[in-house]
Amino acid sequence: MDKDNTKKIADSACAPCCMQRRDAMKAAIAVTVMLGGGLRGAQASEPADLPPQPGDRLVRMDEEGPPQPLKAADIPLASKPVRALPFAATDALVRDGSRLGRVILMRFDPASLDEETRARSADGVLAYSAVCTHQGCEVSEWDANGGAMFCFCHFSKFDPLKAGAVTAGPAGRALPWLPLKSENGELVVAGAFSSVPGVRKG
Amino acid sequence: MRTMMKRTALAAALLAPLVAGALPAYTPVTDARLNKPEAQNWLMYRANYAGWGYSPLKQVSDRNVDKLQLAWAFSTGMTEGHQAPPIVNNGYMFVATPNNQVICLEAKTGREIWRYKKTIPDELQQLHPTNRGVALYGDRVYMATTDAFLVALDAKTGKEVWKTAVADWKSGYYMTLAPLAAKGKIMIGSSGGEYGIRGFVAAFDADTGKEAWRTYTIAGPGEPGGDSWPGDTYKRGGGSVWITGTYDPDTNLAFWGVGNAGPWMADTRSGDNLYANSVLALDVDTGKLKGYHQYHHNDSWDWDEVSAPLLIDLEHKGRKVKSLVHAGRNGYLWMLERTDSKVNYVDAWPYVTQNVFTRLDPKTGRPTYDPARIPATGKTVNFCPSLWGGKDWPPEAYNPHTGLLYIPAQNNLCSELTGEPVKYNKGDLYLGVSIENVLTNVRMTPESKVHIGEVQAWDLKTGKKVWTHTYPEMNWGPLMTTAGNLVFGGGTNDRKFRAFNASTGKLLWEFPTNSGVTGVPSSFEVDGEQYIAVQSGWGVDAERMQGAFNAVLDKKTTVPQGGVIWVFKLPRK
Repeated sequence: MDKDNTKKIADSACAPCCMQRRDAMKAAIAVTVMLGGGLRGAQASEPADLPPQPGDRLVRMDEEGPPQPLKAADIPLASKPVRALPFAATDALVRDGSRLGRVILMRFDPASLDEETRARSADGVLAYSAVCTHQGCEVSEWDANGGAMFCFCHFSKFDPLKAGAVTAGPAGRALPWLPLKSENGELVVAGAFSSVPGVRKG
Repeated sequence: MRTMMKRTALAAALLAPLVAGALPAYTPVTDARLNKPEAQNWLMYRANYAGWGYSPLKQVSDRNVDKLQLAWAFSTGMTEGHQAPPIVNNGYMFVATPNNQVICLEAKTGREIWRYKKTIPDELQQLHPTNRGVALYGDRVYMATTDAFLVALDAKTGKEVWKTAVADWKSGYYMTLAPLAAKGKIMIGSSGGEYGIRGFVAAFDADTGKEAWRTYTIAGPGEPGGDSWPGDTYKRGGGSVWITGTYDPDTNLAFWGVGNAGPWMADTRSGDNLYANSVLALDVDTGKLKGYHQYHHNDSWDWDEVSAPLLIDLEHKGRKVKSLVHAGRNGYLWMLERTDSKVNYVDAWPYVTQNVFTRLDPKTGRPTYDPARIPATGKTVNFCPSLWGGKDWPPEAYNPHTGLLYIPAQNNLCSELTGEPVKYNKGDLYLGVSIENVLTNVRMTPESKVHIGEVQAWDLKTGKKVWTHTYPEMNWGPLMTTAGNLVFGGGTNDRKFRAFNASTGKLLWEFPTNSGVTGVPSSFEVDGEQYIAVQSGWGVDAERMQGAFNAVLDKKTTVPQGGVIWVFKLPRK
């Protein structure tokens, strides 16, 4: 399977589910509003719950003060992933409504990336879903010896240089990746997650 | 040919109800039955309200247990930590597994009668994806779920009768314990101490699911003990309750163990932090706090004291005591006295290596700490026992015939923690120690290189240890003891399930299962035959401790995954 096909399948696999999520969310919000229980208006809550959208910037998850779009240089080289949230810059909106939108960022020497991996990186920065595909814990740690991102709950390990493939532990599928590009030095989301983030229900 | 197949299918369909008819009608579970459980059944988490983990059955005994063989096995379809006891009511078995699943089986054959699953929200983070069992009451089965619901099922069909949202899972509340059923109420407690929750015990009407009362384990402003928390730290003060309470019908008090205070570093919340690391005596009708004992104050070691104390009436050092006995995560074996309105300190002594307490107040049992052994923000401290304690969640067992208390212990193990500042973020971990540090926290000693896991037997009359069985590595095996002079337990990373002579500790039988055994064993009788049942399925903290061992030891061990219910019996004569 060549690169384009992989991409097409990945996109077509994700787009409908994102649509469904959005529609389901709209319906849920409508019901909540009808019942008078909505704490936030339908318009305000929907974009914050969305997964990363093309054009979104990325901001540090634990940052105080106004959101600062991350640049490649902000991400340390081959070390513990930086936890980030998508940021709709035009609306000044941090998408923090859903854990499934959380992203981890890692940086490598671009020369060390294969062509396919480099194509979805921005100046050597790679983005992945922060939610483990095993039981939904956070993939927050870095095993420097094994060159793997890992989840502290059950030690599932994922290879950032091989499209998030599982290299150890109980996870059954790869960690979804998120394509990035660079605009004026800022990291920008270039597409949707390669597959549905989080635990896939059997 | 096709017609014949259809006929065969039709015949099979007609036969099915007849086979099902071999089981007697379901027997409703009453207060009277729970107060005096029949020998042939295992009606609740620890078989009796006193929390003994004891079966009065004695067909399987120290004289014939070496002949124990497989009756049947059943795959649960789940991975991760399988910890629930197979709970049995006159031929019907109910088993809870990870991922909000309950399976009802014919206890004699393992035939599936029904299966219930409650979907877990996509976004939910499962730090402890396990379930420690169901509660039976009336003709219903009750399960506390990972997404913090209490669910009532029809025992005959598995159909949902009601479900009640107990707390907000998005704020880190979740449940793992078997509910406690008594006097028309179903009682539960919440996990989530590592996510900045405020713990509680709550009771729900068994018929309707309506909340009857809720008592916070962390005292708030204006409540007794509220002044033991600075500012609004009580709001995120932890105090999880993830083990079923024990119950004294004579005083109508239920006894609940409370987890550690959060976040982990004591200097972030100066004060005693009531009622974290305590036992609470709660009135079952009202939830009113009638008494408590705090095992240790201002915790900085992650020593949840969440196991409920065992209710044992005994003579200790010449004095009759209606006691509460608890093998603490803090490494001390506690003996307290229960009355209808108070919990009094009686005695306590270390049962594993402990280097934090320098003395206990002889009247109150309040410990004094070695200041060099208190982890703090910006400080690296080594202490024993490890953060998993002398004993974590796996329950002790008490045998009234031997008079011995059996403890699944981790000895000789220490931890090193470095406190760091932490910010609260709803639904995220709120520890005050880095994940890297937690994953590599264990420190081996010369002793722990020889052995760590133990099964200990204590004579509570004298306070003396009678026997010890040792394992080279960990012991995460809940214990059961029987009138056949036996103690059963697994808990090791070699997949074994074992039986010991309850009086002497001699290993009499062992069986290699599919995975590591961290399930609570149970025993029951059907048609005159005694069965021994247990779930095998390694995961959660046993797996996490293995990860920490693999990080510091040359030897790396991977325990296979997958849940199976194992049921054993003697060969037919």
